[in-house]
Amino acid sequence: MSVISLVSYEDALASYDPVMGLEVHVELGTKTKMFCGCSTELGAEPNSQTCPTCLGLPGSLPVVNAIGVESAIKIGLALNCEIAEWCRFARKNYFYPDMPKNFQTSQYDEPIAFNGYLDVQLEDGSTFRVEIERAHMEEDTGKSSHIGGATGRIHGASHSLLDYNRAGIPLIEIVTKPIEGAGERAPEVAKAYVAELRELIKALDVSEARMDKGQMRCDVNLSLRPHGREKFGTRSETKNVNSLRSVERAARFEIRRHATVLDEGGTIIQETRHFHEEDGSTTAGRIKDNAEDYRYFPEPDLVPIAPARDWVEELRAGLPELPRVRRARLQGEWGLSDKDMQSVLNAGAVQPILDTIAAGTNAEQARKWWMGEVARNANETGTELSEQPITPAQVARIAALVAEGKLNDKLAKQVIAAVLAGEGEPDAVIEARGLAVVSDDSALGAAVDQAIAENGAIADKIRDGKIAAVGALVGAVMKTTRGQADAAKVKDLILAKLGVEA
Amino acid sequence: MTELIKRTAADTAAAIASGEVSAVEVAQAHLDRIDAVDKKVNAFLHVDTEGALSAARAVDEKRAKGEKLGPLAGVPLALKDVFTTKGVPTTCGSKILEGWIPPYDATLTTRLKDAGVVILGKTNMDEFAMGSSTENSAYGPTGNPWDLSRIPGGSGGGSAAALAAYQAPLAIGTDTGGSIRQPGAVTGTVGVKPTYGAVSRYGLIAFSSSLDQGGPCARTVLDTALLHEAIAGYDPLDSTSINAPVPAVVEAAKRGEVRGMRIGVVKEFAGEGYQAGVMQRFNESVELLRELGAEIVEVSCPSFTLALPAYYLIAPSEASSNLARFDAMRYGLRVGDDGTRSAEDVTALTREAGFGAEVKRRIILGTYALSSGYYDAYYGSAQKVRTLISRDFDAAFAGVDVLISPTTPTTAFPIGERADDPMAMYLADLCTIPSNLAGNAAMSLPCGLAPEDNLPVGLQIIAPAMADDRLYRVGGAVEAALNDKWGHPLLEEAPAL
Amino acid sequence: MPGITREEVAHLARLSRLELQAEELDHFAEQLDVIIGAVARVSEVAGQDVPPTSHPLPLTNVMRADVVRPSLTPEQALSGAPAVEEQRFRVPQILGEG
Ligand SMILES: [Zn+2]
Repeated sequence: MSVISLVSYEDALASYDPVMGLEVHVELGTKTKMFCGCSTELGAEPNSQTCPTCLGLPGSLPVVNAIGVESAIKIGLALNCEIAEWCRFARKNYFYPDMPKNFQTSQYDEPIAFNGYLDVQLEDGSTFRVEIERAHMEEDTGKSSHIGGATGRIHGASHSLLDYNRAGIPLIEIVTKPIEGAGERAPEVAKAYVAELRELIKALDVSEARMDKGQMRCDVNLSLRPHGREKFGTRSETKNVNSLRSVERAARFEIRRHATVLDEGGTIIQETRHFHEEDGSTTAGRIKDNAEDYRYFPEPDLVPIAPARDWVEELRAGLPELPRVRRARLQGEWGLSDKDMQSVLNAGAVQPILDTIAAGTNAEQARKWWMGEVARNANETGTELSEQPITPAQVARIAALVAEGKLNDKLAKQVIAAVLAGEGEPDAVIEARGLAVVSDDSALGAAVDQAIAENGAIADKIRDGKIAAVGALVGAVMKTTRGQADAAKVKDLILAKLGVEA
Repeated sequence: MTELIKRTAADTAAAIASGEVSAVEVAQAHLDRIDAVDKKVNAFLHVDTEGALSAARAVDEKRAKGEKLGPLAGVPLALKDVFTTKGVPTTCGSKILEGWIPPYDATLTTRLKDAGVVILGKTNMDEFAMGSSTENSAYGPTGNPWDLSRIPGGSGGGSAAALAAYQAPLAIGTDTGGSIRQPGAVTGTVGVKPTYGAVSRYGLIAFSSSLDQGGPCARTVLDTALLHEAIAGYDPLDSTSINAPVPAVVEAAKRGEVRGMRIGVVKEFAGEGYQAGVMQRFNESVELLRELGAEIVEVSCPSFTLALPAYYLIAPSEASSNLARFDAMRYGLRVGDDGTRSAEDVTALTREAGFGAEVKRRIILGTYALSSGYYDAYYGSAQKVRTLISRDFDAAFAGVDVLISPTTPTTAFPIGERADDPMAMYLADLCTIPSNLAGNAAMSLPCGLAPEDNLPVGLQIIAPAMADDRLYRVGGAVEAALNDKWGHPLLEEAPAL
Repeated sequence: MPGITREEVAHLARLSRLELQAEELDHFAEQLDVIIGAVARVSEVAGQDVPPTSHPLPLTNVMRADVVRPSLTPEQALSGAPAVEEQRFRVPQILGEG
């Protein structure tokens, strides 16, 4: 189906109500795999981090990684879940060459965490509660490279090569309950949920949750139903959507695609779909027919996990400040309105600001520069704030120069632009461009005298107490100094010369 | 040399320790014996001559240096081909693993090596331990040394036959539904299925994970106990391993007395299908125990009648999943990879060619039992039966110290008789299966020959989980009394090979 | 309790990746029908309020510390492989995705 023939998003939403389900897989940052002592370090030689267990050699047995369980409980607690008193691992049986045992050791009807929720904040500052069905433990598969076909795709390949270094790395799968009532904001909710979950995982320090490295992967399940109908429609499952932006785009595309099919009187096929980064579309994958039967049963090689209640409480007490709470705290500390805080969040500026404060600047200055010049550059180039070629330390240096009076705002903006343009460190830019503030009192004094002389009427007004008029004189001075003066200092000088108390 | 191979493990170890004989001489005597008789018996799938002699040399060197030797140092052993051995072929009796050389040792293999036990080679077995006759081996059946036209039991027929044919004084088996005890019974040897979790399963190629248990086999109760002590104990690589001291089995075997013990006779293990001569020898054993001062009590375990059906759902279910890894991708056989076929097709062709009929039957049966729609009726119910059987055992053990029964309803049947009649074959494990389902400990030891066919009959002793020592106490007493009565061990009556 | 049909056996064989021959299929279907007829007796207890036993020992919480243990060398890992390329297991073309 080509993109052109799709009904518009607005028309789709006018007729249908989307229902979403999000399944997120998080690779834990444990030192070893879930069921064996092999290292999980990235970048190792192929098949150098394997052992009888994670290669599925005959006779090998799994033993549970305690930190894997602990991480799962922490995630469950942070998602406001109940933690199982007793649960088991189960085998999910299906054949696939990247899975050494041809079953995945997972959890089935007894997940370690269940019935939770995550409140996510939308761009307008409102909160949407996403209900969590479950979070369970499982293991990753090996990695296959497909040889002989076009651009490493599976189709048309002559054969494949398997590296099992990743096989057995702990995964936590977090599954939402059906997300209903988001309406036109469904794609935004999906993105905000995954973003919030990522922040949460990072705050818990159980994974780096880098989507670009596959440490966090999202499946977007989506169905439409006509407004007013309770029963869910048939869903599609878009697999491995691996960036926040893609999550939103995939949901959006599927809403339009489903609506198009339904409008034409067609039926949605329950299938997996692949998301394409290039144009934001999805294409059909495997049809989920009834032949698929995973034959789950309790893993007999592992004994049940029964997390002691005092351990769970200990973990609960040890949870770090969660992102939502932290954001509220920072908003207070930085003295921001809800609207300003939301802008900071939307721009992804929290961490840059924090890092800049840590580098020695106050919150106001840090926010001012990141949300000003740097954010503008990010918008213009369509890139993330955190990806801008300027460091918090550089921003802090510029702010310090402003505070010292060596730069004024105008000059500071130029310095930032130059740093973003790759001209080097702020001090080097100032040196090279000769951007320092005119601070020589005699030169400045002459400029002030000249301005007073040329604007006698305004000077009189100021002398009469109309201090607000001083701006015009400051402007004149700045003009003669080509902006390289400290406006505050100029104002002080003018007032002093005119004998007026500021 | 005949003398060396007929000695017990305990005597052999003592002779090596005292310098009367070297470990190399002992190993060589057994290797020669294998050479002489194994063409007829087919107990071994692989004889590791070099490995055995070098292990024996190491024991001799240790002794020469004055180092203390363990209680089984230098004693030869036949290892069931279900345990991995680093650098030594391991096939599990299957074509699909032909030529596979594991890159790691099973924990049990390591323990044997650490104890100075000399591993002679790997023994024949029913493919993936599925069977009661060793006829399901991809490498041909093993003969019963009492009558080579008869089965040596299974799945550990190779290990039991090696003992009975004096090819080794010690052997290792695994017992999922009786694969140590039933071969022991039909070959006139001793075998113990320890409490589930007593012996590490790491490196034991899984048939049915929740039932499989490695254990010791020998010609005497004491030798079995010595081997039990060498292989049992906690292993952090096996999550189902028991983290507790091993019961004092050697001490119990030496003590061997039953005065004051309460022994239960399971009433359900009798009746239709039980050979008259088997019941006769069993009943005599009951009388013997009474004479030795035990109190005999009849107990009823009504759920045992459901044990066989439950077993034939649970074991195939787990097996269908355990054997999925044999897919022609990472090790073992690969068939049909002509550059055009898909991985899926190559997997299916390889499994078709590499698995025998019984394995395929059980994989299909297990796949069926786990299928959605059938799970509750079959696998789910079988697990409930398991609970009921455990409750029956608990109730019985509340009143008695051990239970006894015939090990198997009949003596060794002729090779081929039940080969294509799975249900008839399955009956061989009728008395042994309940212990696997409950996870407790059980022994089979010889209690005479059935008058009608002059073939060995096994007496089964069952003890509660973690009370494996009781098996040896009772077994030691029975063995001593019977040897007294016969004037020699039963095996002496076996025809020469 | 019903037995099993030839079609069901064929389906189960596909599910368990066994390329059964036609005559094998006939034979197994017949045998499995008998076996299933016999083992189906367990469903007598299906309705009973009895907890299922999945593990013979009442162990729980067996876990290991998150400490790296030596892996096999790549040579050992690949030693049994039917085919190797670029230090990886070489396998025939894979159809579709899992
Ligand atoms: Zn590993």
